[in-house]
Amino acid sequence: MGQALTKPIRETTTTTPPHGRTKYFAGKLLARIPVWILVALLLIVVLYPLIWLLLSSFKTTEEFNTSAFWTLPSGLAWQNYAQAWNSGMGTYFLNSVLVVFPSLLLVLVFSLAASFGLEVMKWRFNNVVLLIFLAGIMIPSQMILLPLFTMYFQAGLINTRWALIITYTAASLPLSVFLMAGFFKNVPRTIIEAAVLDGASIYQVFFQVAVPMVANGLITIGLVNFFFLWNDLLFSLTFISSDNLRTIQTGLLNFVGQYGQIDWGPTFAGAAIAVFPTLIVYLILNQQVIKGLTAGSIKG
Amino acid sequence: MEAMLRDRKAILVFVGPALLIYSVVILVPIIWSLVYTVFEGSVIGGFQFVGLHNYAELFSDPTFWQAFLFTVKYAVVVTIGQVGIGLLLALLYVFYLGKASPLIRTLVFFPVVLPTVAVAALFKKIFEITPTYGLVNSLLHVIHLDAWIQPWLGQAGSAFWVIAIMDIWRSMGFYGVLLFAGLVDIPAEIFESAKIDGASGWRMVRYIVLPLLAPILFSSFIFSINGTLKVFDSVLALTNGGPGQATTPLTLYMFTTAFSNGEYGYGSTIATALAIMCLFVTLLIFRSARQDVG
Repeated sequence: MGQALTKPIRETTTTTPPHGRTKYFAGKLLARIPVWILVALLLIVVLYPLIWLLLSSFKTTEEFNTSAFWTLPSGLAWQNYAQAWNSGMGTYFLNSVLVVFPSLLLVLVFSLAASFGLEVMKWRFNNVVLLIFLAGIMIPSQMILLPLFTMYFQAGLINTRWALIITYTAASLPLSVFLMAGFFKNVPRTIIEAAVLDGASIYQVFFQVAVPMVANGLITIGLVNFFFLWNDLLFSLTFISSDNLRTIQTGLLNFVGQYGQIDWGPTFAGAAIAVFPTLIVYLILNQQVIKGLTAGSIKG
Repeated sequence: MEAMLRDRKAILVFVGPALLIYSVVILVPIIWSLVYTVFEGSVIGGFQFVGLHNYAELFSDPTFWQAFLFTVKYAVVVTIGQVGIGLLLALLYVFYLGKASPLIRTLVFFPVVLPTVAVAALFKKIFEITPTYGLVNSLLHVIHLDAWIQPWLGQAGSAFWVIAIMDIWRSMGFYGVLLFAGLVDIPAEIFESAKIDGASGWRMVRYIVLPLLAPILFSSFIFSINGTLKVFDSVLALTNGGPGQATTPLTLYMFTTAFSNGEYGYGSTIATALAIMCLFVTLLIFRSARQDVG
């Protein structure tokens, strides 16, 4: 390849991201395919199905039968949304809210406390317990499904929201503890020492010093868990059987099963209702969502 | 300060709740599941000890092996698809796009956060054939390729590809961002010295980019396989495992065995087989991570 490559990497003094500087040689990479064509194709592939979903949700049934798929709706058939909402999507939406947010709260509180105890405080079994939590990340949910069903059945919790709240909280702990421990690692011990010297008790150190310092991490973990829990299907499908307690994913599944073949408009409206919250959260917080979801995957 | 950090009671208060709920809801059921494998029955009908019968049945069950093959095939195809396209996207983000890069990255990432059932409902309509043509069949009709119009979701072969396409479509943005982060970590000087040596285009990618990206590429592969082995939502919502059981992965097979057939023992056995597969893949991660460091 040439002698220049034997230059060791540590001789490089700057680590600016390449894209600003190497754009000038992009032309050599491929025979001048205009970038914008590639990008346009990409965006069409990614966004068009979603746009089609939205537009179709505003069409009436005759429009589906008579006009071609790409035509714009002739008016805004809001009744599709009304029908979807009243035929169940409203209930499902509410149930998801009632189940996901309490779980999120519990997860944040428990993982905050546990990670503090595991990362900042000192005791013999620190690492063992941390490892036990980490092991949970790799277990497929199917391993706990049947015993949980039995446990809830015998406790009379089947077909209640509690079954979901308990399950969601527990299942979110491994990853949350792992991520939160990482955040606590970055809290300088000197700040904690200063607080102690000022006469703070360990609980005061926790609430007034440590927690504010990982506030950013709380948001990240909250977001990661929000998406996993809001989009849960398996647990909701297993533990909930009556229609008025279904959450958004199982509800939509049921809804599409009932209306899918007959009424396309409300079906699309239903899917759009399911998508809407995640869309809003994503619009506002997308950079943190992306960072959070990718940080939770590759360790490190 | 040392004494305060070692305060046993405080540690209990902090770690206790999480550990308790985790043990009861996660750890105990895992052991319980393994115990179930030597029983048969259900919560409603009662349980009976059957020894290793479930394991014997597993090995001779053609539906199990069909589901196993489907799971592996799906994992491989979708992994190659999402990581491969993710890599292409990352290269695009770094080398082709300047200021528009963050916006494009964010847009392409969006499908990752959507509820899987909504995406499946969407794709069902895209590939529909009755009562009216969906997106794909309409398009084929319009460009006079009517011979290609078919019940995409009603045939085992094409149904597999629809599921795969749907999941690759959804997740490619995720791997695009992941690999982009890896690419950005490569110092610009490396590209410049290689360029001085006359490397460009494909050779640049093959001899410089790929070797430097190898650790993250490998981690992405493993992470993807781990996730795709456990596919459940997409398949359930799109084809429900059909036609027949042609698109049934192990997760769905386990689910129907346990809840439709009331065979908790056999279902647990399938779940255990799945867990072993995932564990095996996870061990590969740790092996490869150790090799990187050492």
